[in-house]
Amino acid sequence: MNDVNFLIGNENILNIPMAPFADEVCDFLNDLSKEILSSSEGRLYPDLSALAFWCRKANIQKLKSQERVGKYRLGRGLCFHIAPSNIPVNFAFSYVFSLLSGNANIVRLPSKDFPQVNALIGILKKVIEKYPKIQSRTAFVKYDRNSNATEEFSKIADARMIWGGDNTIKTVKSCTTKPRCIDIAFADRYSVCILDGEKILEADEKIMQRLSENFYNDTYLMDQNACSSPQIIYWLNDSSDAREKFWNTVYETAERKYVLQDAVCVDKYTKFCEDAIDYHETIKGVKNRGNLLYRSEISVLSENIENLRGKGGYFYEYSLNDLGEFFQVVDEKYQTVTYFGINPETLALNISSHELRGIDRIVPVGQAMDIDIIWDGYDLLSQLSRIIDVRG
Amino acid sequence: MLDEELGKLTEFHYNHCPEYKKILDSLNFDVTKSHSYAELPFIPVRLFKFYDLLSCPKEEIVKTMTSSGTSGQAVSKIYLSAQNTKNQSKTLTEIITSFIGKQRLPLLLLDTEMVKKDRSMFSARGAGIIGFSMFGRDTTYALDADMKLDIEKVAEFLEKHQDEPILMFGYTYMIWQFVVKELKKLGKNFNIKNGILFHIGGWKKLKDEAVDVFTYNKTINDVMGNIRVYNYYGMAEQLGSVFVQCEHGHMHCSNYSDIITRHPSDFTPCEFGEKGIIQLLSVLPESYPGHSLLTEDEGVILGEDDCPCGRKGKYFEIKGRIKNAEIRGCSDTYERR
Repeated sequence: MNDVNFLIGNENILNIPMAPFADEVCDFLNDLSKEILSSSEGRLYPDLSALAFWCRKANIQKLKSQERVGKYRLGRGLCFHIAPSNIPVNFAFSYVFSLLSGNANIVRLPSKDFPQVNALIGILKKVIEKYPKIQSRTAFVKYDRNSNATEEFSKIADARMIWGGDNTIKTVKSCTTKPRCIDIAFADRYSVCILDGEKILEADEKIMQRLSENFYNDTYLMDQNACSSPQIIYWLNDSSDAREKFWNTVYETAERKYVLQDAVCVDKYTKFCEDAIDYHETIKGVKNRGNLLYRSEISVLSENIENLRGKGGYFYEYSLNDLGEFFQVVDEKYQTVTYFGINPETLALNISSHELRGIDRIVPVGQAMDIDIIWDGYDLLSQLSRIIDVRG
Repeated sequence: MLDEELGKLTEFHYNHCPEYKKILDSLNFDVTKSHSYAELPFIPVRLFKFYDLLSCPKEEIVKTMTSSGTSGQAVSKIYLSAQNTKNQSKTLTEIITSFIGKQRLPLLLLDTEMVKKDRSMFSARGAGIIGFSMFGRDTTYALDADMKLDIEKVAEFLEKHQDEPILMFGYTYMIWQFVVKELKKLGKNFNIKNGILFHIGGWKKLKDEAVDVFTYNKTINDVMGNIRVYNYYGMAEQLGSVFVQCEHGHMHCSNYSDIITRHPSDFTPCEFGEKGIIQLLSVLPESYPGHSLLTEDEGVILGEDDCPCGRKGKYFEIKGRIKNAEIRGCSDTYERR
């Protein structure tokens, strides 16, 4: 383990569980939240302020009061986190969810160097000093991909949070673990957006403005490369007027906010050519406004439609006769549906009654990226803790 | 003339390469109408890594070129027919001899012979060496199998040809790394009285070492003697129709090629003096649809027909690779073994 760099903590990590929402943990998170918000980096990086916002006292109290946890519960013990390499502060959410559930944590940080990660580690270091119970149960590490540390940490873990592509998960799962160790794998997923054309035609300028900014945050902001970012836009009550109205405002918002990198322009055009070759029967036509916005019209929904993935403002569109048409292509890859103008309860009911294998989240346009303690279909708090079944 | 040739090639490839046809159909491009060459479609050079693109029956392919991809990355595959290969060497000869004359000169290759011997892959580097060898005689390799400068061998070669002009060829960074630095370290000098050096390759590593074209050329003269240095530019996907840098530091198009720079934001053509993504046009590619390519390089067209060197056509400067996209997101894999 000589090749492991402990940025916080050391290898003598204390593997003793705590109760979910332990007072010291709640105080720690509140402190962390304040410290981030008062730092200059916290103001600079929106992902850091989102973390601070999540950790604030009011949110934690709200979660606690929901009493999902039951009376007698404890953390599972030690949780080992493998964070994705390119969503900078995702590791922190993973850590916070597990800490709240009552676990000690070893967190492998992203291999890439991000300024907000370095800043956050600095803040964590400072805050954690005041909380010895948490400090003794926390380690943040970095190591090279050639290291055998993943094997070593897996041997002692009671739970593992594995974020990454399917290959990463396969590799990590091949490591030996304790018999009762549980793995929560956040695999590669696929997400879509459903818009109601009539509702868009009814919307006033203010609503459209907000909708386009929300849509921007779900897509362009993360280059459309997050699992929860929509790839296909499904239109209900479709009309060309509704589409023009929607895409015009999206274009204007993207034009104002998005830094279109040269390489992304070439990537998008390359994607266009690849699609022309590989999917010429699936795709009816492509409209583009410069290299900022590409819209590829799907003519027929087929089973492997989730292979269509755009980046940096490259969308697929399909006109739905009804939701049933969409349900036919949903499989376990589907994660998030963002919506505008449709009733989410009706959609959820339909998912149940159609006995679908996919779709874990139904959220309004603008909340695709809002990670929470229920994620990817898992209630992380209940997964990461154990119940003591007491009967009188 | 170029307009007409390139238009014909577009139509030819449209009718003979199914993948190319699908792209043009997607672009709603009508090959039967006449177009100025700035309107002709271009395909990203990267496509040659993903697809086998050819415009003739596979039986007619006599050679498959592969680009030098770094390990793990996909390599480009360029399928060449006999006729295509012939046209390439004919064109290369015409361009190079316009700089060095028709006479074959003693040739010192600033590389290792191993690159030619390793035939497991017909790489662009090996092909470049072989291709250039036809301009010289008494070909000698300056580096041994371990890329170490064989100073005695070079001295012997230079002694033998001391009264003649010496032709040299190599790859930009390798020359710097294995010849220039070594000569400096040894405190030696080739002392060539009349030499011509052609070199090709990327400038990225040299840029990292803060070496620009003028420093490069001057240092070559400092350690090798009196050398005319010509940098040239070309792609494995368009071998033959190379662009050569004149004594004023400008890259020149030949009669067989042209350049358009395009605004990244919408691919409209740039004005002279404006930086853009480089599109390269060549009339040579017949067996594969490579006559109009969007490269991943950036450059600036400086002017046309008015370079102080007297050469006609567009002249330009290359600004290097476009910066890799920093893509955010979670679909990246974290560790691979």
